[in-house]
Amino acid sequence: MSATITSAATLQPDHAHHDHGHDAKENAVFGFWVYLMTDCILFASLFATYAVMRHSYAGGPTGNELFDLRYVFVETMFLLFSSFSNGFAMISLHRGARSATLKWLLLTALLGLGFVGMEVHEFRHLVMEGNGPDRSGFLSAFFSLVGTHGAHVSVGLIWMSVMMWQLFAKGITPAITSRLLRLSLFWHFLDIVWIVVFTVVYLMGVL
Amino acid sequence: MYETALFGRLTLSAIPYTNPIIMSAVGFSAVLGALILGWITRQGHWGYLWKEWLTSVDHKRIGVMYLILAAIMLLRGFADALLMRFQQAFSEGAAHGFLPPEHYNQIFSAHGTIMIIFVAMPFFIGLMNVVVPLQIGARDVAFPFLNSVSFWMTAASAALVMVSLAVGDFSQAGWTGYPPLSETQFSPGPGVDYWIWSLQLGGVGTLLTGVNFFVTILKMRAPGMSLMKMPVFTWTILVTTVLIMLSFPVLTVTLLLLTLDRYLDMHFFTNGMGGNQMMFPNLLWIWGHPEVYIVLLPAFGMFSEVVSTFSRKKLFGYKSMVYATIAIAFLSFVVWLHHFFTMGAGADVNAFFGIATGVIAIPTGVKIFNWLFTMYRGRIEFTTPMLWTIGFIVTFAIGGMTGVLLSVPGADFVLHNSEFLVAHFHNTLIGGVLFGYFAGFSYWFPKMFGFQLDEKWGRRAFWAWLVGFYLAFMPLYALGFMGMSRRMVHYDNPAWQPYLLVALAGALVIAYGIFCQIVQLAVSIRNREALRDATGDIWNSHSLEWAVSSPPPFYNFAKIPHVDALDQFAYMKENGINHRAEAPFAPIHMPRNTGVGVVMGAITFVFGFAIIWHMWWIVMASSLAMVATVIYRASDEDVDYMLSAEEVARIESGGSASTAGGSSYLAGHELITQG
Repeated sequence: MSATITSAATLQPDHAHHDHGHDAKENAVFGFWVYLMTDCILFASLFATYAVMRHSYAGGPTGNELFDLRYVFVETMFLLFSSFSNGFAMISLHRGARSATLKWLLLTALLGLGFVGMEVHEFRHLVMEGNGPDRSGFLSAFFSLVGTHGAHVSVGLIWMSVMMWQLFAKGITPAITSRLLRLSLFWHFLDIVWIVVFTVVYLMGVL
Repeated sequence: MYETALFGRLTLSAIPYTNPIIMSAVGFSAVLGALILGWITRQGHWGYLWKEWLTSVDHKRIGVMYLILAAIMLLRGFADALLMRFQQAFSEGAAHGFLPPEHYNQIFSAHGTIMIIFVAMPFFIGLMNVVVPLQIGARDVAFPFLNSVSFWMTAASAALVMVSLAVGDFSQAGWTGYPPLSETQFSPGPGVDYWIWSLQLGGVGTLLTGVNFFVTILKMRAPGMSLMKMPVFTWTILVTTVLIMLSFPVLTVTLLLLTLDRYLDMHFFTNGMGGNQMMFPNLLWIWGHPEVYIVLLPAFGMFSEVVSTFSRKKLFGYKSMVYATIAIAFLSFVVWLHHFFTMGAGADVNAFFGIATGVIAIPTGVKIFNWLFTMYRGRIEFTTPMLWTIGFIVTFAIGGMTGVLLSVPGADFVLHNSEFLVAHFHNTLIGGVLFGYFAGFSYWFPKMFGFQLDEKWGRRAFWAWLVGFYLAFMPLYALGFMGMSRRMVHYDNPAWQPYLLVALAGALVIAYGIFCQIVQLAVSIRNREALRDATGDIWNSHSLEWAVSSPPPFYNFAKIPHVDALDQFAYMKENGINHRAEAPFAPIHMPRNTGVGVVMGAITFVFGFAIIWHMWWIVMASSLAMVATVIYRASDEDVDYMLSAEEVARIESGGSASTAGGSSYLAGHELITQG
């Protein structure tokens, strides 16, 4: 038994020219899951900070005065539908349909770009009106929490562009499948975080 | 005008020409560095160093590099300690010592930061890199390349701290950097930014290491090794990685918020505008207290291995040891508030955190008694690692008890911020953590290099450290009771001075201990043929790392062993199971060395330096370079190779040769570069 188990576990996540190559793939996906959980702690710390500072207005505007729920709802829909189309990209990938995967990924990226664009516009609008992150503790916490999420989505967009290029240039390889699987985990994770942001920051801020 | 655009706030006046102490330290480091680099060039070792070490993804070599980093930073941190001891010993009444306050403040801030982040962390991460994959019967870690990136990010952060000596200054806000002192209003210079970015970037490296080893231990154990058959050291590392993953993201956020306050005028911890200063200590210690156990638990694991080996007995109470480790890890998350009982959280809150803190003594006590019962009726061999262990048990018991004393909020109100506290945490961090790492280092040194360390100089080092420790820190307990606050650059109480003179004497005895360790290393390398271990199992030990040759071949195991028992190697020896792999061999899949980790470390350093000095264009350029490097690595398909069965057979047949000059170790690495 032991003699047959040779190198499986030491494989790099890429290159599966070995019987046990899938073990290394599992390691990569499991490792990424674990990384996402540490990211979860990062967001939890930011949420805790926001919870402490949500009424520290320092005489400045409150959430109720600043947030436009309808605008944020549209923004949210962009992100939720991007997760939806990402799901379709993964289905196409597992069917082995490269061009369909590429199209769905492109749609995902465009929706994600729309989300980031709306967020940047909202931030710009707030800063222009003198309600930037330096206005009060509350706004510092707001910009940092929402901005950290936005930065994550932006990194996801860069990652997605690279993956689209790799998929286009190299086709569906085990390495690329594994990376797309991890990207998809990342994307859905950010979706879930956003739902909490929407609830805790915007809904509870307006109520 | 253009200067600001190019160099941010960096000007030539940032270099402290006029300070003779700093300039001689800088000069000394520069000369030493130039001598080493010159020697390497003259010997023509650059190619070897680059191919075999700097670009290596072999966990054993990365581990050794971590240990070298820890050793260098230990010397720096200890130099800071000596300066503080000299200052306090001669700074009473009319005398003001030789250090101005702004310099003294930097020294104690740098000392704490360096000793925790750049000595303790790389020291245990180095040993765990070398040992854990071997202990679980694996060929490498789960993500060898990531391991290299982690190391180089840590090294880049350490380099930032060192550069702060010559260019600009370091933080004066203590190693914990509490606001509002660390805010721009009170610390406008680059010092706090050096502190922030060295911790932040090094923290990312540590987090990645945590993920890497967590996956390695959970997913890559040899077949048959259930969790309860894992060696205790591996168990402590598993729990440590969980602590790292749960706590380091909080540090990331804490430092990020302070960064935003300083760089973008936000108001998280400022005096006005809705800032909340007490949030910083809360967040910092939610990371900081688990961090104490992140450095301590691995030491507990090392003691467990050492005490069992040199008592010639199985470890007493293996299961209770595992559960005690887990219990300590859990409790470490519910005690953070004891670092600031005086915040005024109220009696109920303080009582909760006080009791939770006191409770930690129970699982820790379980461990102490397990070690004692392991020694009871054992045939104890007083080797250097065992001396460190016995020294630890006594010293750490004292440090633990003063900790229980501090956990009582009423007592803490009196002792808070005093020299008593300084004595307490040095008592646990030197007597617990550092003694453990020294025990582990001398225990596993033969495994790393194939020869053991000189015992005579090792014993001298131990006794100097032990005596020096008691001389240096017992007086501080008394000084705490006498009302002396920590971090004083000057005082007006003649009654304190004798105690501080004794403490200085203690520091000098420790300095002799460090001298002995350097001599020990030199003597051992010179006499390496006499100290050579041909068996691979020099201590007649019990776990799998001793089943392979010393040093191990770069693939660790020609055939992955099957695990039937706790203390598998002892089980194999008792039952006459052959532990050396025999032909026929199968090809082995190995990761290829890569310079990308070094490049990412270099970019990290440039990024850190630029953002500290507000050189925005370099910040942008280095960020883009980092993204480009990641994409480059992701596009590289040629990251691994197969080591053929014939070559495995060739290396294995020279198995005994691997211990003669470490030739198979090197031969193996030539294969990597050819492969």
